[in-house]
Amino acid sequence: MQFMDMKVVQSRMSKRLLLNQMTKWLFLASAIFGLLVLAVLLYRVIVDSLGWINIDFLTSVLSTKPEIAGIKGAILGTVWLMIIVGPVTMALGVSTAIYIEEYARPSKLTSFIQTNISNLAGVPSIVFGLLGLTVFVRLFGIGSVILAGGLTMSLLVLPIVVVASQEAIRAVPSYLREASYGMGATKWQTIKNVVLPVALPGILTGLILAISRAIGETAPLVVIGIPALLIPVPTSIFDRFTAMPMQIYYWTIDSVLVAEYAYLAAATIVILLLILFTLNSLAIIIRNKFDRRY
Amino acid sequence: MNQVILKQKEQKEIENRKNESSIVYDTKKLNLWYGNTHALKDIDLPVQERSVTAIIGPSGCGKSTYIKTLNRMVEMNPEVRTTGKVHYRGRNIFDSSYPAEELRTRVGMVFQKPNPFPKSIFDNVVYGPKIHGITDKKILQKIVEKSLRGAAIWDEVKDRLKENAYSLSGGQQQRLCIARCLAVEPDVILMDEPTSALDPKSTLKVEELIQELKQNYSIIIVTHNMQQAARISDKTAFFLNGEVIEYDETDKIFSNPVDKRTEDYITGRFG
Repeated sequence: MQFMDMKVVQSRMSKRLLLNQMTKWLFLASAIFGLLVLAVLLYRVIVDSLGWINIDFLTSVLSTKPEIAGIKGAILGTVWLMIIVGPVTMALGVSTAIYIEEYARPSKLTSFIQTNISNLAGVPSIVFGLLGLTVFVRLFGIGSVILAGGLTMSLLVLPIVVVASQEAIRAVPSYLREASYGMGATKWQTIKNVVLPVALPGILTGLILAISRAIGETAPLVVIGIPALLIPVPTSIFDRFTAMPMQIYYWTIDSVLVAEYAYLAAATIVILLLILFTLNSLAIIIRNKFDRRY
Repeated sequence: MNQVILKQKEQKEIENRKNESSIVYDTKKLNLWYGNTHALKDIDLPVQERSVTAIIGPSGCGKSTYIKTLNRMVEMNPEVRTTGKVHYRGRNIFDSSYPAEELRTRVGMVFQKPNPFPKSIFDNVVYGPKIHGITDKKILQKIVEKSLRGAAIWDEVKDRLKENAYSLSGGQQQRLCIARCLAVEPDVILMDEPTSALDPKSTLKVEELIQELKQNYSIIIVTHNMQQAARISDKTAFFLNGEVIEYDETDKIFSNPVDKRTEDYITGRFG
């Protein structure tokens, strides 16, 4: 008794092969769709920004007149923000990761902390904005200044640094720690001399990704009450400020009043994207360069 | 006649006392649990100084656990509990007044897999001395030469001390790890299957090195390789299921074991 009928197989063959081809194209199309939309967006933004990006645009302060308006204030505001976010998240994030990975023994407290760090990463950024407004701006009475914005942003991106540092620390082979302990080193000496140097590339990658996330965030700054129009340039962490995404936000909204604002927004988007791409490339370069050589 | 017997007795007593004073590690009724698993059972094991003591036994017999207990590395696993005593030079290593860091300065360890730090050869060797507070560059340089010579690797690396330790071959890395261990000037060196990841040629070199090292150090070595134990050790302990089945002169263990299980193991009937 034979169950396979070659005639039936042959009659279905062309249909099967066609379906096989079609599915391949379908999946390719899905993969390209996202890229295509991004390309269209980039194209529009870049076309709109043409002629608006020049040295004057980067070095002039804000103005209501589009022809002379620049983003010096916004760039400096973003730089100041990162001056807070970088060290604060590095210190808090790496310390947290060290505690969880090296010191904490499996306990309810440890898993509670771990769960909350994961949860924190999923909290919408606007909620962090409210937290910043409540705690830093009002409770501590710092006001809507760089320090308040920076601390809020730090909390927002902290989980990124913690998780990346945890992974980097966990990836340090235990035999390196054993070598250090075996010679009479204390835990702290081992962390400082063996674990952190080996984990540093991973930690730095996480830090850069966290900073590039913080650079692009807008919602928390809106909630904290960053001014729409600010001419003076910030000179210290206690100054009021604006930042690049804020500038894009307000120019886009106000483009109904002054049409040229749309071009200014586009130009700012291009600059912001350039900075973000540079940072992300840097993260990738660091990751590849220090990829496991032991 | 009586006098001769008396003299012999005296001689024996003197010898016994000598042996006792030359005991570097004395384990008494050591028990160890990983959670509920009873991994070491009533271990009694005196270890002679300036000699090579080999620990053999099948996988899972507790030999690695035992050697890691001697420098308290086993406690890195939070589930570990111990009872009994391990005296190192007369001090109970489990005493709360005896910091593990201090013990490990006197008792070095060489691991199964060569584990140099991803640093230069020089920095690998000075790691220990620096940890213990030596900062003088000249002294550190002297330590590096002395330790690398001690580990019989100086001639191979003296011109490339600044190179990364990972540029060395596996056998060289293991001898570098021994040099790194010697740099702390230990009294005892624990070796946990130090040649199991090495090729035969490198293994031979490490074995020769161990023979030299025993002039100045007490060496306790865990090995899977019975020929190795027979070649390099003075005394051998046979572990099985967390117990010491037999502990004697290596020659005796390999030529005329008392216990049937020892005989079965060394003749390759199991394990």
